[in-house]
Amino acid sequence: MVLHEIRHTLRLIRRNPLTLTGLSIVSLLVVVALFAPWVAPYPNDINTSHMANKLQPPSLAHPCGTDELGRDVSSRLVFGCRISLQIGFLTIGLSLLIGVPLGVIAGYSGGKVDEIIMRVSDMVLSFPSLLLAMAITAMLGPNLQNAMIAIAISWWPWYTRLLRSEAISVKEREYVAAAKAIGASWRRIVFKHVLRNSLTSLIIQISVDFGAVIMTSAALSFLGLGAQPPTPEWGLMINIGRDFFLSYWWIVTFPGVAIFVTVLGFNLVGDGAREILDPRLSRRGR
Amino acid sequence: MAVYIIRRVTLALVVMIGVSIIAFLLARVIPSDPVGRWVGLRAKAEQREKARIELGLDKPLYVQYFRYMKGFVRGDWGTSLYTHQPVLRDLATHLPASLELIFFGMAIALLLGIPLGTLSAAKSGGIVDHSSRVFSLAGIALPTFWLAMIFQLVLFKQLHLFPLAGRIKAITGILHPIKHITGFNLFDSLITGNFTAFGSAFMHIILPGITLAAHPLGLIARMTRATMLEVLGEDYIRTARSCGIGEVRILLIYALRNALAPVLTICALLFAFSLVETFLIESVFTWPGLGFYTSNAILTVDYPVIMGVTILISFTYIFLNLIVDITQAFLDPRIRIS
Repeated sequence: MVLHEIRHTLRLIRRNPLTLTGLSIVSLLVVVALFAPWVAPYPNDINTSHMANKLQPPSLAHPCGTDELGRDVSSRLVFGCRISLQIGFLTIGLSLLIGVPLGVIAGYSGGKVDEIIMRVSDMVLSFPSLLLAMAITAMLGPNLQNAMIAIAISWWPWYTRLLRSEAISVKEREYVAAAKAIGASWRRIVFKHVLRNSLTSLIIQISVDFGAVIMTSAALSFLGLGAQPPTPEWGLMINIGRDFFLSYWWIVTFPGVAIFVTVLGFNLVGDGAREILDPRLSRRGR
Repeated sequence: MAVYIIRRVTLALVVMIGVSIIAFLLARVIPSDPVGRWVGLRAKAEQREKARIELGLDKPLYVQYFRYMKGFVRGDWGTSLYTHQPVLRDLATHLPASLELIFFGMAIALLLGIPLGTLSAAKSGGIVDHSSRVFSLAGIALPTFWLAMIFQLVLFKQLHLFPLAGRIKAITGILHPIKHITGFNLFDSLITGNFTAFGSAFMHIILPGITLAAHPLGLIARMTRATMLEVLGEDYIRTARSCGIGEVRILLIYALRNALAPVLTICALLFAFSLVETFLIESVFTWPGLGFYTSNAILTVDYPVIMGVTILISFTYIFLNLIVDITQAFLDPRIRIS
């Protein structure tokens, strides 16, 4: 049964070239991030300067050129991939940690508790996420960890909303009533029914959010509010490259392409996941 | 309808109060040293104490909050720790430049996005349709701040088509100063007949304008396409076709008019989105607007400014959402009944 489903999903993926492209990009990024020390041409030199070698244009020795301190841009990009994926995982993980329990509580208990949680999440969502994240990092102090905390604080309501509506719809189902009747604890109902039923929508939401989170953190780093030198973070590399890019184009061009490809990959996977996992949508024309 | 509007407005007011509390708490609870910034690092203990009282930081939090909100409503948004100017006056100086940029960007996005979407719908599955889909996917994944720099690199550095940054050429600004009427350079220079300044301002706004338009353009095109396809499937279109009315006339007059309402409502949301996007774009083009001013405030932890801007933009967000909701309820009775 499960095997059959997997085969069916694979067939759907194969029929959808954009999703396939997205999946290939994401897999490639994961491989690059995992094996960064072996993929990067100069893994030991990402933070060591070689002033004699500075601002070299792309060549065979340095495929993406060197930066203002003579560091190999391609190696820094490879290690930056690690950082970006980490940011995505940690930030979304943190948002889930806050958002999911709150959503389940809101949906499951209803009444005043629900009202309070939902009003607070409405308020958080009334801030544009980049703006709220900027304000929080500005106050906490600019570094990568605070940027991730800040993004998570502006992101959790999406998961709360999702889990709440799932919890409400599951709560009404007959099999849950039956489970309750035979004396299942709320814990069992939450874990076995609410969370398991929400898994599909949660996966869709996470894959859609991944690109957006990476983009937001890059924007924060670009404004000087995220990663700090000498971290090889892509947004920061573009920020530092601002002083040089008009004469040395490769310094900002490649990190930007890296962000673009990464965000595009995750967005395509997100779109694909929505189409494949949610059959209600796939029948509708897009 | 009236009941719906009242309910929706009340809800928006509650959210606004909540937002102002969150913004206030953010600025006050998180450890930063506003007193130190106000008096300088070498100040003596008694000077610091005096400044603490002067800034009202000796009072309990809720008193501080009510004091701030009382001032806020009266137009006293505190004083910038950095420029030592009233925050509201600073914002009023910088806002027109940002608004001009946003209006320009939105105009580009609408003027190109709607025809692109209509064309995609008319020839659904064709080349235009596919490229508009790729374009909008790319538009969302492109980091705006990077796109801005690539435009500078190609269109300024390589092709010498547009100026690098700023709002107007410095020498033009001195020789042909723009009379300040609305603060919108394009508008002010045009109605005063100052065409030299207009030309320069126009050339300067193009690069930041198209950067800002990139993302909304893709969304507007996709949205137009989706609603057009829906409308084109309606019975009255089939009837119109069977009456022998030309395809162009059907598209532009019969279908587009009905398809545009949802597109125009999404514009309100895109406007709010662009407001935040200007933070990044203005920083690249040294465009002296709200974003440029706020980025500096954020880097110097100028908390009255951060608070003022956060509240201003969130209120705009909430207000635009309110307008969208009410417009939609007005257009679609099902919403206001539920």
